[in-house]
Amino acid sequence: MMLNRKNKGRTGRLGSMVAITAVAALALTACNSGSASSNGTSSPSAGGGDQKITFIPKQLNNPYTDVVLGGGKKGATEAGFASSQVVGPLEASASSQVSFINAETQAGTNVIVIAANDPDAVCTALGEARSAGAKIVAFDSDTNPDCRDVFISQVVAKDVALIQTKLISEQIGGSGEIAILSATANATNQNEWIKYMEEELASNPAYKDIKLVAKVYGDDNDTKSFQEAQGLMQAHPNLKGIISPTTVGIAATARYLSTSAYKGKVALTGLGLPNEMRPFVKDGTVKEFALWDPAQLGYVAAFAGKALQEGKISGAEGDTFTAGELGERKIEKGGLVIVGPPTVFNAENIDKYNF
Amino acid sequence: MSETTSTTSTAPAPVADSTKPLASEPKGRTGAARILTGRDAMTIYALVAFLIYAAIAIPRFASPVTTGFLLLDVIPVLLIAMPMTLIIITGEIDLSVASTAGLTSALMGVLWAGGMDIWLVLAISLLAGIAAGMFNGVLIAVLGLPSLAVTIGTLALFRGLALVIIGDNAVANFPKALTAFFTSKIGGTGIPTVMIGVVVVVVFFGVLLHFTPFGRGLYAMGYSKEAASFVGINVARSKFWLYVGSGTVSALAGIYWTLRYTSARSDNASGLELAVIAAVLLGGVSIFGGKGSIPGVIAGVLLIGTLNYALRLARVSDVVLITVTGLLLIVSVVAPSIGAAIRQWRHTRRVRRSFTRKTT
Repeated sequence: MMLNRKNKGRTGRLGSMVAITAVAALALTACNSGSASSNGTSSPSAGGGDQKITFIPKQLNNPYTDVVLGGGKKGATEAGFASSQVVGPLEASASSQVSFINAETQAGTNVIVIAANDPDAVCTALGEARSAGAKIVAFDSDTNPDCRDVFISQVVAKDVALIQTKLISEQIGGSGEIAILSATANATNQNEWIKYMEEELASNPAYKDIKLVAKVYGDDNDTKSFQEAQGLMQAHPNLKGIISPTTVGIAATARYLSTSAYKGKVALTGLGLPNEMRPFVKDGTVKEFALWDPAQLGYVAAFAGKALQEGKISGAEGDTFTAGELGERKIEKGGLVIVGPPTVFNAENIDKYNF
Repeated sequence: MSETTSTTSTAPAPVADSTKPLASEPKGRTGAARILTGRDAMTIYALVAFLIYAAIAIPRFASPVTTGFLLLDVIPVLLIAMPMTLIIITGEIDLSVASTAGLTSALMGVLWAGGMDIWLVLAISLLAGIAAGMFNGVLIAVLGLPSLAVTIGTLALFRGLALVIIGDNAVANFPKALTAFFTSKIGGTGIPTVMIGVVVVVVFFGVLLHFTPFGRGLYAMGYSKEAASFVGINVARSKFWLYVGSGTVSALAGIYWTLRYTSARSDNASGLELAVIAAVLLGGVSIFGGKGSIPGVIAGVLLIGTLNYALRLARVSDVVLITVTGLLLIVSVVAPSIGAAIRQWRHTRRVRRSFTRKTT
């Protein structure tokens, strides 16, 4: 290198100079295309006010998130936002959302809808956004309540439990032995649902002939869940139904049942993804199962944002707003908005859902 | 590698015609020319060019608000890039920096939640970072193990310790006055108050590298460890202190991270080591050692930071953003090597031709 510097240093530098200019140019084009596309998204409903809404999910490129955001986009258009954006980090770390919130604050976004990776890490940034005039809607995963106006929550834990007990009771004709195949033994949400199920079975006279004989854990592992389902059948020959309140567990159990002699004889319900459960609903292994519709979450969040922005609600308990085709929603204690009861999927409606 | 193969400055270039006086030989780049056309200078030009472009083309970019948000974002990278520059100049690497920051953060969380005085918490966390650096230093400098292997190990080890200490919990209730200070700005300038401390760290490492015998020794170590120790540089001791410095600054970055985001977690600052190394390389530091400067690295850190911020402001997807920074990095590393290869080839051809002319 030094040897070369003696004679040819300057011409050689040209190479790197050209290269760096090229990269700078590349960056600039990326910029241009970016602003062009954001202009593009804002054009369809131009003239419908200049209110802007931005969704910040936990991370991009996650199938569940995509469904939530799909509903959000639809809601934003129907609620009358001039433009809706989705920005977010590629990895769901505590602090990764902050620079996105900062950029949105500067871009003058009117409503920020966020699923927080960490309830506190985003607080300072959200505070700055609010003092710049933005309304904050948390959805899916709450921030510290001091840092947002409302929180849109999927469903009430108790409703999730009750609908599953109701479904299994219907499918086994109100009497017989049932079992629960859950995720891990220490999953907070799963255990809360199971607790409510047990309470309901014990207290509701309609379920007095149903007997919960086993609780097993598939650890949200497909193979383990499959084996646990197999084991349940052998251990309890009189088993009439299984509740699996986990998407992995219910799919694995359905796969086992569909290939065994128990197909159509042992009922199966729980929480599942329509796309995973579709074949089992069609072949008769599963009659009905439930899950909240993630798209509704984004949809309601967009309408809540609009109502906040227009000053129709302040996030106080008792406020109500209309969430498009989903009807009226009431704000509960702590700025909480419940999207609605879980959706029940069966052979008739399953083809309408794609997630 | 091309850098190290051609280090003999008493070159055979004049061999072709040794009768000419030395003064009539073409001069190498010296003084101003050398500073103005160096690799690090290129980064500075790119930064300036991009700043001008962004100020014109991206709405709302040119405002004090940008300065504030942007600097708050780059501070951890800027801090850690300082010792990292020195380490890479010696031809070594430290991959454990982000894990050290995470460990510091976890420790802060647990100690504070346990009811300890906040100043004591900060002191202990800083000491933990120093200890982590010393651990690396002993393994690398004293036992002579390769830094890449050691710091890959401690990358996992420190992150694991952080998980052991705090688990899945997050501690958030730090004193309001302190967390507010970490996001406060100096008057209406938009410059974060903590920048004052960051500037002190940057100046310290700048002076250390460019104006002390210790710093010159690091360049020598980067070219050849054997030669460096032959001329009386204590290679092991220098390395040891570099890793202690790296651990200390990483702890500072961890403390900053925790208080800025008001959240002590075990996964804080994860992936930061790669962002730091990327910025350092972009700033003109050779991964093979022996080359680089602090001003270049500062420009590298700011260039990546500004690029990220500007693209985010223009709502360019992170997928595009990560691709752009990746390409930028590759070009910045590959371009000089290609340049050097071309120069080498032209030189060889010229020498060969002058020899042929002589013999005929």
